[in-house]
Amino acid sequence: MKKEVFARILIVLFIGMVILIFVLGWQKNRNQQTNTIQIHARMPENGGWSITSIAAETNQPINLRLTSDDVVHGFAVGKSDQPTVELIPGEFVETTLLFDEPGTYTYYCTRWCGPNHWRMRGTIEVQGEMAAATNPPPLYLQLGIDIDAPHEAKVTPREPVSPQKGASFAEDLPAYVFEQETYLANSPASVWSRLRAEPDLSALNDGDIWNVVGWIWRENTSPTAIKSGESLYAENCAACHGETGEGDGVMVRDLPIPEAEAHDMYDSHSESSTAGLTRPHDLTDPDHLLGASPALLAGKIIRGGMGTGMPYWGPIFTSQQIDALVSYLHTFVW
Amino acid sequence: MNRIDLTRFPTINLLLRSRWPQFLIRAITLAGFVFTILAGLFGPVVGSHNFAIIFVWIAWWSALKLFFIPFGGRSWCSICPIPMPGEWMQQRGVFSPTGKGFGLGKRWPKKLRGNWLQAGGFLLIGLFGAVTLTSAKVTAIILFSIIALAFILSLIFERRSFCNYLCPIGGFTGLYAQASPVEVRVKEKQICAEHSEKTCYTACPWGQYPLALKSSADCGLCMECLRVCPSDNIMVNLRPWGSDLGQKAKHNLGDVFLGLVMLASVLVDSAVFLGTWGQLKSAAYEVGSLPWLIFAGVFLIISLGVLPGLYSAAIWGAVRVGSAKTTFRKTLSKYGQVLVPLGLMSWIAFTVSFAFVKFSYVLPVISDPFGWGWNLIGMSGTASIGQSTSWSGWIQILLLVIGLFWSSKVTQQISESKKQALPIVAFSGLFTVSMLWLLIG
Ligand code: SF4
Ligand code: SF4
Repeated sequence: MKKEVFARILIVLFIGMVILIFVLGWQKNRNQQTNTIQIHARMPENGGWSITSIAAETNQPINLRLTSDDVVHGFAVGKSDQPTVELIPGEFVETTLLFDEPGTYTYYCTRWCGPNHWRMRGTIEVQGEMAAATNPPPLYLQLGIDIDAPHEAKVTPREPVSPQKGASFAEDLPAYVFEQETYLANSPASVWSRLRAEPDLSALNDGDIWNVVGWIWRENTSPTAIKSGESLYAENCAACHGETGEGDGVMVRDLPIPEAEAHDMYDSHSESSTAGLTRPHDLTDPDHLLGASPALLAGKIIRGGMGTGMPYWGPIFTSQQIDALVSYLHTFVW
Repeated sequence: MNRIDLTRFPTINLLLRSRWPQFLIRAITLAGFVFTILAGLFGPVVGSHNFAIIFVWIAWWSALKLFFIPFGGRSWCSICPIPMPGEWMQQRGVFSPTGKGFGLGKRWPKKLRGNWLQAGGFLLIGLFGAVTLTSAKVTAIILFSIIALAFILSLIFERRSFCNYLCPIGGFTGLYAQASPVEVRVKEKQICAEHSEKTCYTACPWGQYPLALKSSADCGLCMECLRVCPSDNIMVNLRPWGSDLGQKAKHNLGDVFLGLVMLASVLVDSAVFLGTWGQLKSAAYEVGSLPWLIFAGVFLIISLGVLPGLYSAAIWGAVRVGSAKTTFRKTLSKYGQVLVPLGLMSWIAFTVSFAFVKFSYVLPVISDPFGWGWNLIGMSGTASIGQSTSWSGWIQILLLVIGLFWSSKVTQQISESKKQALPIVAFSGLFTVSMLWLLIG
C-alpha cells in the first residue's frame, strides 16, 4: 500500500512538473509580451501581418518579436534606416525600433513571399512633441501630371546616345537646360523637341541633340545614385519588371502582355488577385520610357496602380531613393 | 529450441519482475504525453519547430519501427502511457492491483472482435495523415482523444479492450510482433495444467492465457504473468526473428486484412511523402477538397480493392495448384503471415528513407518545445535538413530484398510445393518492386 501511495505521488509529481514548466513558461512569455509586441508574418493569402498598426512615441523604443508562420518573410520599415530583419518560419527574432521624428511609417515585407507579397504592410503611428514634418506633395501632383495618360515618345534616337559627345555642346545650350526643373518635369523626348526647335542649335544634327539630352540626364544624377537605384531595383522591382526591365519578372510570367498603350486604371477591379492584371510595360522600350518625365516616373512609383498590380511605394521609399530609381530607369534606354 | 530465457539472468529477472522500472518509465511517458499535448496545442504552428509534430511523427514513430518492433515486438505497449489512467481505475492502483476496481467490466462485443477496427483506424490515419503530420494542433487533439477514448472504454469494458481491438498502433505492433525476437511463454506445460487457479490469466490485462500463447501478437509484454505466477513458470525468451510464422501459426481473416491495409498504407505514404508528385502531396493535404476526395478514393481502392484483389488472385492460383483439401477461405487466411515480413521490412525501409534526414529537427524542438525562444540544451535554431547519404538508398534496397526473401521463405514453409508457392511469391515480388520504385525511383 505504501508503494502504491508513493507511485501515485510520483505520477502526480511528474505531471505536475510538466504542467508547471508549461505554466511558468507561459507566464514568462506573457510578461515578455507586455512590453514587446509580437508579430506573426503570414503570406497575405493567410492573413498577412498579425498586427497591422502600431502606435508609438518618438524616442520611445518599440520592442518587436517577430516570427513567420509559413515561408521566409522580411521585415523592414519604409523611409527609415532600420536594417531589414529576416523572418524564418518558426523562429523568433527580436528587434527594436526607435523613431525620432513623428509621422506615419510603413513596415512591409521584403521577401517575395507570394503574388500578393506587396500587400503585406502595416503602419506605425509615431506621435511626438514635434509636429509631423509636412512634406511638400510630390512633383507630379504639383505639376498636375496625369500619370495614367499615355506618354508615348514622339521621337526616339536612331543611334546609341552618347552623353560624352553631348557634353561638348554644353556652352551653346540655352539657360533653361541647366535648371533641374527642366529635367524633372520633361520627358527626354520633349526636351529633345524643344532643343531641336532652338534656332541656335540648328547646326547640330538630330543625333547630337540626343547626345545633349543624354548628357542633361547624366548631369542630373550621380554614379552613386544610379548604383543605389540599381540595388533598389534589383531588390524591389525586378521580380515583376524583370532584371533587365523587360517586364518579364518571375512574378508576372503567367500574366498577359499589356496592349500597346492600355494604361487604364479602371481595367483592374480585382484588388486581391491577379485577375485582370497584365505584365508591366517594357521599360527598355524607348518609345515608352523616353516619353516619360522623371516626375511622371516618380509619380508612378509613388502611387502605383496603373492596372498592373504595381504596389505604391510612396510610404516606403524616401524621395532620394525614388530619384535614384528614376535615374536608374533611364539608364535602360541610354 | 534455440531460445534464451532472459529470466535466467538474475539482473534481468529482477528488472522484469520488479514493478518499479516499468512503472517509472510509464510515469515518464505519461508526463511526456501530457507535455506533447500541451506543446501541440500551444506551441508554434510551424510543424518543423513544434515538439508535438517532431516528437510524435519523427522521433517516436521512427523509433517504433526501427527499434521497438524489430527488437522487442510489442515492447512499446509495455511502456505505453495510453491505457494507464484507465488501468488505474480498473485495478484501483497505478502501481499494482489493489482489489476490486471501478468500471463495468463488460466483455467486448463478439461482433467487434478481431483486427478489423484497428485496420480501419489505421486507414483513417492514412487518409488524414498529411494533416496530422503538419498540424501540431490536430496531432495534440488526436493524442488527447486517444487517451480519453482508452479511459472511457476501460471504464465500460474489461481489461485492455481498447488495446486489443481498437488501438491502431496496437494493430500495427501486434501484427509485426509476430516476427519479433521476444516472447513470453510458459516453461512447463504440465505445471500450468495442474494449476487450477490460473493466476496469470486473471492477472493478464490483455486477457491472454500464457499457456495458450502461440503468437506474440496479442501479448503486451507487460510481465504481469511473470510477477504473479506462484510456480515461477513464466519465461521471457529471446528467439530467432519470425518464430511465430510458419506451418503452425494460427491465422484468421482479420490478420490478412490488417496485413493488406498496412501494405497499402506504406505504399501510399511512400508515394505522398517521398514521391516527387506535388499534386498528390497537395491533394493529400487539402482535406475535404475535391483533389483530396480523389486521393482518398484512390487510397481506399488500393487498400480495399487492388491489393486484396491481387492477393486473392495469388491465393486462387495457389489453391488451383494445391491438392483439393483446403478451401479458398482457409488458404486466404493461412497465407496472411506472408504479409508480415513483407510489410515489416517495407515499413522499416520507408522509415530509413526519411528518419536520418529529419532527425536533425529533434534536438532543436527539445531545446525550445513551445517555440517561446527558449534554449534549454543550447540547440535551438540548429535545425538543418540532414543529408540523405548514398548508403541510405542501399540500405533501403537491402531491407526490401530481405523482406521479399523472408516472405518467400515463409511462403515455401507453408506451401505444399514450390509450384504452389509461386503465385504468392509473385505477389510479394510485385509489391517489393513497387516499393523499390517508390523509394529509390
Ligand atoms: S495497444 Fe495501443 S494503447 Fe495499448 S499499449 Fe499498445 S500502443 Fe498503447
Ligand atoms: S501474457 Fe503475460 S506478459 Fe503477455 S500480456 Fe498477458 S500478463 Fe502480460
